[in-house]
Amino acid sequence: MADTPILHSGMAGDKAPLLEVEGLKTYFRTNRGILKAVDGVSFTIDAGKTLGIVGESGSGKSVTVRSIMNLLPPTVTINAGGSVLHKGQSLRSLGKAQAKHFWGVEMAMIFQDPMTSLNPVMRIGRQISAGLRFHLGLSRREARQRSLELLDVVGVPEAERRLDEYPHQLSGGMRQRVTIAIALACQPGLLIADEPTTALDVTVQKQILDLLGHLQEEQGMGMILITHDLGVVAGRTEEVAVMYAGRIVEFADTQTLFADMRHPYTEALFESIPKIEHPSHTRLRAIAGRPPDLVDPPGHCAFAARCRYAQPRCLEEAPQLRHSDDPGHSFACHFPVGTPEGEEALAVNIARGATSAGLLLGDYDAKVMG
Amino acid sequence: MAGTGNAHLRPDGQALLRVEDLVVEFPLGRGKKVHAVSGISLDVLPGETLGLVGESGCGKSTTARAIMSLPRPTSGSVTFDGLCLTELDGEALRRTRTQLQMIFQDPISSLNPTRKVSDIVREGLTIWGRRGSGDSDDQVNSVLESVGLDPAVIGDRRPQQLSGGQCQRICIARALLLDPKVIICDEPVSALDVSVQAQILNLLEDMKERYGLTLVFIAHDLAVVKNVSDRVCVMYLGKICEVAPPDALFEAPYHPYTHALLVSIPQPDPRIPITGEALQGDLPSPVDPPSGCRFRTRCSRAQDRCVVEEPEIREVDTGRFVACHFPLEPGEVPVTWIPGPVTDGTG
Repeated sequence: MADTPILHSGMAGDKAPLLEVEGLKTYFRTNRGILKAVDGVSFTIDAGKTLGIVGESGSGKSVTVRSIMNLLPPTVTINAGGSVLHKGQSLRSLGKAQAKHFWGVEMAMIFQDPMTSLNPVMRIGRQISAGLRFHLGLSRREARQRSLELLDVVGVPEAERRLDEYPHQLSGGMRQRVTIAIALACQPGLLIADEPTTALDVTVQKQILDLLGHLQEEQGMGMILITHDLGVVAGRTEEVAVMYAGRIVEFADTQTLFADMRHPYTEALFESIPKIEHPSHTRLRAIAGRPPDLVDPPGHCAFAARCRYAQPRCLEEAPQLRHSDDPGHSFACHFPVGTPEGEEALAVNIARGATSAGLLLGDYDAKVMG
Repeated sequence: MAGTGNAHLRPDGQALLRVEDLVVEFPLGRGKKVHAVSGISLDVLPGETLGLVGESGCGKSTTARAIMSLPRPTSGSVTFDGLCLTELDGEALRRTRTQLQMIFQDPISSLNPTRKVSDIVREGLTIWGRRGSGDSDDQVNSVLESVGLDPAVIGDRRPQQLSGGQCQRICIARALLLDPKVIICDEPVSALDVSVQAQILNLLEDMKERYGLTLVFIAHDLAVVKNVSDRVCVMYLGKICEVAPPDALFEAPYHPYTHALLVSIPQPDPRIPITGEALQGDLPSPVDPPSGCRFRTRCSRAQDRCVVEEPEIREVDTGRFVACHFPLEPGEVPVTWIPGPVTDGTG
């Protein structure tokens, strides 16, 4: 995938983008062989923009951002290629002295489970001020004052008292607010949120996403929002990358993606979620099968075995990520949804009741096609 | 919101499972206790799916466990098929309980990692001494096939070699083997990916039809609950807020809390604008729940009456039950919270 086009977020200008990832490949050594977790991912993010990354477990979304953040276990990780540029500077070539005050200052990350990402035996106040004192060299008193302000900003009530409490004394939503406060302590230019609300209830999820959006607007941060929930990306991102088996299979601005999805995987993902506006007992269209084994990925399209559009060509040749007529919209598919080729492929498969990969198309499709 | 009362129960004798005035409290010492479930009533007709929905800490899982007497409720009664489970003891309870099975949230941790799949599924038969009947292998194989697994491939594997979706199918097979009447599903799909979630939800619907099951379905995802349920019961802090058929409930909620839940769901459509703050603050502690209506501390409609008087569940429209002094009119949108200094960072 060396010829992958760079997917560009926001306006192109003379200035280097906030983050530019090109051809990123991250492999792992496992007992069974080399696992290609991320296999050629490219995108850019500009300040103030949010990129959503969506996909199932194992699609490589978390590994992508952890490679960017340098958070993977070095003994088993292979950086198989690609570059990560922050404001034009390569992150792989950061010297020790530079790196010391880079992570957490320029780029920060929040994780899915707020309980395990906080230290259970350290008071909240110390956890927030640790970064402030280390990176910004604030005194104990200044750091405490700033921590207090940060807790206020993220909407933790009675901040003064909370500073002296331990994580277990806080609810899940409050803990996630604390991890956000820690991540924002040094005012990073880029915030990576890896499933920040997956462990939380819907009403709390809404509060946290509202808060992130509000803070981002105020501080002009760039943000990568990783989620498996298409509902979350719909309302909270400017652009979306859909990942499958270690690669981006579709990339578009959020409006276009939802109005005009082209990749059969994006469509399948969208159709498999129960919609609140559908009557109860609506039959869901599940995606048959499982993602491929990334130790031994197929040489052809990785989604072919589960795809309703699959044709012989899909089992021979891996599609490359290409732009459509709209330069901001790319997808990797031989028979894209909503195009004459795609419609024809689907009609052929429905007529014979199975795809070229041998996937049986059930009653559901017959009914939908009338 | 969040009140007591039994107005929503169907006439005696119709329901297969009937829970009345269920109270579950956990002592904390020094006279304090957690009021996990405080006087809720439910009933499920044969063949019906009852959806229980609410946020963490609302008591939905505790209710499910109390139905199974795991542990036994502090007070209240659970009647199953004419038998009062809360009065049964020892052997009689064990025997009756085979007809009620449970499926849990995390399929991988609810299966013994060191045992083979076929043995895990067969265990119910072994325990009940039906193993020697000769056809136990056939029974295990046929139940595995009915949940969409190939017994020849999967029977000798161990849970860690399987995906989450496959493990959840095994849990369903295990629950089905003893031919239960009721299956209680406690967040059966929340640990699964959306594509697998759809497979499991479809499977549950198929199994329900094929085996004539009655389901109690617990989930925090409202779209999932709406998809599977015939009747939905919204819970908050150990109380019931609203009971209604799913389509009507999601069309026009009467309870302000149901409304808050609904507007919080992220919609997979970027054209839908994101609305203002639905709920403010945190869930109050179940150790010291608010007086009167338990939702009043976070309700934008709360009045003095809500502090002193607990609302009772009443029928406001055919089949629509709500426990609120000031329910919403159909289509009415409650005043959203004006972001105060607490939630608004700009101050």
